[in-house]
Amino acid sequence: MLAPGMSRFAKPPIAKAIVFVLCLAPLAWLAHRGLTAGFGAHPQEYVNRFLGDWALRFLLIALAVTPLRLIGGWPQLARFRRMIGLYAFFYATLHVLSYVVATHFFDWAEILKDIVKRNYITVGMVVFAILLPMAATSTAGMVKRLGPKRWQALHRLVYLAGIGGVFHFFMMVKADWREPLLYALILAFLLGYRVYRRARRFSNPGKSSFGT
Amino acid sequence: MLIKRLRAADPKGSDITPRAVFEGRRTLLKAAGLAAAWAVAPKSASAAKTVARGEPIPNVVKWPKSATETPTAYELATTYNNFYEFGFDKEDPVRNSKDFKARPWTVAVEGHAAKTGTYDFEDLIKPHTLEERVYRFRCVEAWSMVVPWVGVPLGDVLKRFEPTAKAKYVAFQTVLRPEEMPGQRLPLLKWPYIEGLRMDEAMHPLALLTVGMYGEWLPNQNGAPLRVILPWKYGFKSIKSIVRIAFTEKEPPTTWNIATPREYGFYSNVNPKVDHPRWSQAKERVIGDPFFSPRKPTLMFNGYEEDVAHLYKGMDLAKLY
Repeated sequence: MLAPGMSRFAKPPIAKAIVFVLCLAPLAWLAHRGLTAGFGAHPQEYVNRFLGDWALRFLLIALAVTPLRLIGGWPQLARFRRMIGLYAFFYATLHVLSYVVATHFFDWAEILKDIVKRNYITVGMVVFAILLPMAATSTAGMVKRLGPKRWQALHRLVYLAGIGGVFHFFMMVKADWREPLLYALILAFLLGYRVYRRARRFSNPGKSSFGT
Repeated sequence: MLIKRLRAADPKGSDITPRAVFEGRRTLLKAAGLAAAWAVAPKSASAAKTVARGEPIPNVVKWPKSATETPTAYELATTYNNFYEFGFDKEDPVRNSKDFKARPWTVAVEGHAAKTGTYDFEDLIKPHTLEERVYRFRCVEAWSMVVPWVGVPLGDVLKRFEPTAKAKYVAFQTVLRPEEMPGQRLPLLKWPYIEGLRMDEAMHPLALLTVGMYGEWLPNQNGAPLRVILPWKYGFKSIKSIVRIAFTEKEPPTTWNIATPREYGFYSNVNPKVDHPRWSQAKERVIGDPFFSPRKPTLMFNGYEEDVAHLYKGMDLAKLY
């Protein structure tokens, strides 16, 4: 239970504003670092990896909302899922932009060759392509226009995006696979939990269930 | 409780720019200015933080055939390093190598040579004239630097050991000190790091047994006290902190080739036409270039084609990468 004085902050507008600002913190940190210490010897790589890391982290946080809601018993969390998902798309967009502008400086021929020939770039671009229609249909109006069933089917692509995102990271590593492995384990838990609930619901059809 | 009474001259709360807004505005202005500066100026601003400089090397002679490109800033070449023994991120080596003891240092010379044995670092170098050579340095990860190294031709040193006719290759080994090298405590690569060259490659006048850079003794993170520099090959061939040199009859195994044979061959010559399976080698990011700038086309043998191409005549470089 929240302390009575605190409950005010858990109310939708304030809580949402707080989460909104929190999600901008990595970008603010990046800007701060750029203005103070700089991005080091290979700034294009630094910025690109930083943005990619956060795109993947937000994707995993978005995927963690439902399990946390059900395991922790915090139904209020559902409110933040769309915003977090959109932030994943936001950081992924910046990640792709930095790849085009900073890494390759608009060298379209090289970029195209990369996308076709380099498996981890191909996978990364597929993930970005998956996130696009999800971001485009994130409004309440789009839910109505598509109908909840079709909308939900479309947004189940997030599981594929999560798997692709972790693969994308794994595939670019030279020797130190510890960090992508950590992400893979977290993702396995988040997806495994959903499979587990489905299986249990299937074997106990009497019990009510909520969530996907 | 203290209550402050408002005087007429006091600005009303609503007139005062909130501190956050004020500071935010300053940050924004600063950001705009810096972004503009960033876009045009060569990027050495990020290297402005000072790095402790080493001891200068006396009696160094300038080599006449140095590369004409501007050398990479010292602060960049000594803080952005692949030296997995000290950690797997580029910033790790400079951070984790502070306590590494590069002196006293001995090198074991073994295999098919008349004068094998253990040599002191000083005795290895003393008979030779130290040269400063500015070389282009191309990492397999598609970035590059230009570094003024200090060293002696590797071949001149190897000849002193009097290799026999059976010596077809020369193998090198990096020191194994997990207590001083945190990366070696993780089995992500097979330790100690080993590398090798064909005898004619090792004897090539461009191959440099290196003891310094920028006029100073090598910093720990750059392979102190003794490393090899092979400017026409990808950086990982230029093995660091060498403790063993062995003359062998057969091609010696090499660390990255053991780890991922499909990606890293024995030769690993810089070649823009043979891509790494996961990225293109056609272009490179020159470290120190402005943030917004095109990458530079990579040259065959890193621009040393005239010097070294004859070593590989008749070889299919797509197969023997």
